[in-house]
Amino acid sequence: MSSRPIATTRSATEIPTGKLAVWWLLGSEIVIFGGLLASYIMYRLAHDAWHAQAAATNTWIGAFNTLVLLTSSLTAVLAHQAAEEGNGPKAAKLLWATIGGAATFLIVKAFEWTMEIRHGYTITADTFWSFYYTAAGLHAAHVLAGAVVMVFVARSAARNQELHRVELAGIYWHFVDIVWIFLFPLLYIAK
Amino acid sequence: MAETVPSHPPAPEEGHPHHEEMSFWSKYIFPLDHKMIGMQYLFTGIAMAMVGGFFAYTFRMQLAFPGIEVPGWGLVSPADYNALVTNHGAIMIFWVAMPVLIAAFGNFLIPLMIGCDDMVFPRINRLSYQIFFLSVLVLIASFLVEGGAFGGAWTAYPPLSAKAEYSLTPLGSSLWLLAVALEFVAFLLGGINFITTAMNSRAPGMKMYDIPIVVWMIVLASIMFMLSVGPLVAGAVMLFFDQQLGTGFFDPARGGDPVLWQHLFWFFGHPEVYVVLLPAMGIVAEIITVFARKKLFAYKTVLYTAFGTGILSFTVWAHHQFVAGIDPRMAHIFTITTLLISVPIAEMCFVYIATLYGGSIRLTTPMLWALAFIAEFLIGGVTGIFLGASGADIYFHDSYFVLAHFHYTFFPIAIIGFYAGITYWFPKMFGRMLDDRLGKIHFWGTIIPFNGIFLPLFILGLAGQHRRIYNYEHFPELATPELQALRVLATVSLLVMLGFQLVFLVNFVRSLRRGEKAPQNPWKANTLEWQAPSPPPHGNFATLPTVYRGPYEYSVPGRAEDYWPQNAPE
Repeated sequence: MSSRPIATTRSATEIPTGKLAVWWLLGSEIVIFGGLLASYIMYRLAHDAWHAQAAATNTWIGAFNTLVLLTSSLTAVLAHQAAEEGNGPKAAKLLWATIGGAATFLIVKAFEWTMEIRHGYTITADTFWSFYYTAAGLHAAHVLAGAVVMVFVARSAARNQELHRVELAGIYWHFVDIVWIFLFPLLYIAK
Repeated sequence: MAETVPSHPPAPEEGHPHHEEMSFWSKYIFPLDHKMIGMQYLFTGIAMAMVGGFFAYTFRMQLAFPGIEVPGWGLVSPADYNALVTNHGAIMIFWVAMPVLIAAFGNFLIPLMIGCDDMVFPRINRLSYQIFFLSVLVLIASFLVEGGAFGGAWTAYPPLSAKAEYSLTPLGSSLWLLAVALEFVAFLLGGINFITTAMNSRAPGMKMYDIPIVVWMIVLASIMFMLSVGPLVAGAVMLFFDQQLGTGFFDPARGGDPVLWQHLFWFFGHPEVYVVLLPAMGIVAEIITVFARKKLFAYKTVLYTAFGTGILSFTVWAHHQFVAGIDPRMAHIFTITTLLISVPIAEMCFVYIATLYGGSIRLTTPMLWALAFIAEFLIGGVTGIFLGASGADIYFHDSYFVLAHFHYTFFPIAIIGFYAGITYWFPKMFGRMLDDRLGKIHFWGTIIPFNGIFLPLFILGLAGQHRRIYNYEHFPELATPELQALRVLATVSLLVMLGFQLVFLVNFVRSLRRGEKAPQNPWKANTLEWQAPSPPPHGNFATLPTVYRGPYEYSVPGRAEDYWPQNAPE
């Protein structure tokens, strides 16, 4: 686009427009995951038999992935700090580290799911597993989307352009992280 | 046009600098300009309204004259009938009320009324329409696939919607669900744009209480949509997996629960009523103040009642499920919240009536529509009280009383609200005046038959006529000549009403080409869109306005003119 409309440059709330939009986006995401997890919790409370199914999830793999995501959130914060200081190349490197975390998370997840499906725990095996794959799959789609967005942000940040976007990508990434913080105990720890 | 735009001593921002000629494709097909995107939504919505209206005509003919060859469709089979009523409902709400009231008016009005040159994210705005258009294509495709279109009602309750062996539409039901989900995504993107634009991009000097009511209403509606649709997005994914992968989210035999879908659906579905109601209420507020030449009676009261409605609307959803086996104690709670929500809405109507009191009322075509909105919506609101009370609802549930009730709410919202808005803003949108005489013929030709359609349906509902039956001949107590006469009356009224819509189309097309040229401010209104040229060019204002006062300063004592534009320094 040739030029931004004047509307984009205004800020009556004194919150940058991009940041405001990301927060509203997260508002809509919270209710999507909220609805799914509330449904899961209600079902879980009504079905004692699901404990037996949940026992088959691999808590150690889940814990490892939690660690990976938390670490990637740390690098996202450091990238924001570097962007605040005007150091675009450093911010870009830290974002690439975050993308690396996202990739690790997805690869581990792929191995985990392959193993489970081989053991017969498919999405149709039981309604617990339907929730397991739907919730974690929706989350994984968000991880993937966040990684793709960060590729673009990192490339422009490396040239010291659009540094404010580093923070926006970071806000989104923390949200993806927080969703997993809910999923991990609900799907793995609660046996 | 520069001389007609009031200039201000502090001219903080220049207007949009780009006026180069754009190609047909970038101007009309892939536009970034908020007004053109609004037009795309408007014309798509009108086209879909014709489809939805045609469906209504087809199934009403079948009900009045069972078994006839309906001209334009042919024999209506039971499966046809189910698909027609299902898609009539879905189209009128998701592809007419939403795109026209929120997306078309929101896109056109928000930047103009808050005095800026565009939405904050023009490309996301364009993407929103493109996803919406894709949803239309997917919906049309659902009619063409093997097995035909989905016929499980617009509420899509499982197990009927979840299993192909019950619905008999293995592909149609999934495409229908996909189309609805895409429509949700389009409106989430559009909503983020509307909210952010209204929050951040107001003209200098425009404080919170200087924002026109219709902008508030569209923004509040977008927030409510955003906060209510999430669980249904999750529910749509679950239902899609039930349909296509064979999961058992809603299958009681496998640990699922079909009532969960009802909760997820109505947690969205009931706020959705207010999502479309609020913009219509906003349109009516603008029109009533302008044509009563009087300040809005209680600006802040309207806002507070809108907030109250918004919050309460999230607590009423289970009144749709009184007969679904929910705990009677829960039913009591939902009865109370449902009756409570009539208070803020009634208060809004009182504010509008109080605005009329003592005004110098001008009965122009938009004003007639606005007044009709209040009158007809009141009937819808009052009959809702019967249905909100769980005791009465057990008798009324799934009868034509319910159907007549919600058409007395949705018709004023989607159709009367649309006609009020389009007749009011047509001069600004297209730079021409509509013909007032044809407008009034169309008004009476719509309002009288509208009541002729739905008043008989209240009586039929009270007589025990249940919904979603394609032929009542097999129900001896419902197949009496008296009741059949009422069905015929409703259908004939529908035919008359549909016929009068041609008057509007003729008026619309003729005025577009040969209508009288519209001045900049034909209604002598205060809000900023009327201070831009008609139609506004790309970038809207030659000099972006500064705001000095609220939007409803009409007939201020001591002024020569009876209006006082928001951007006039003195």
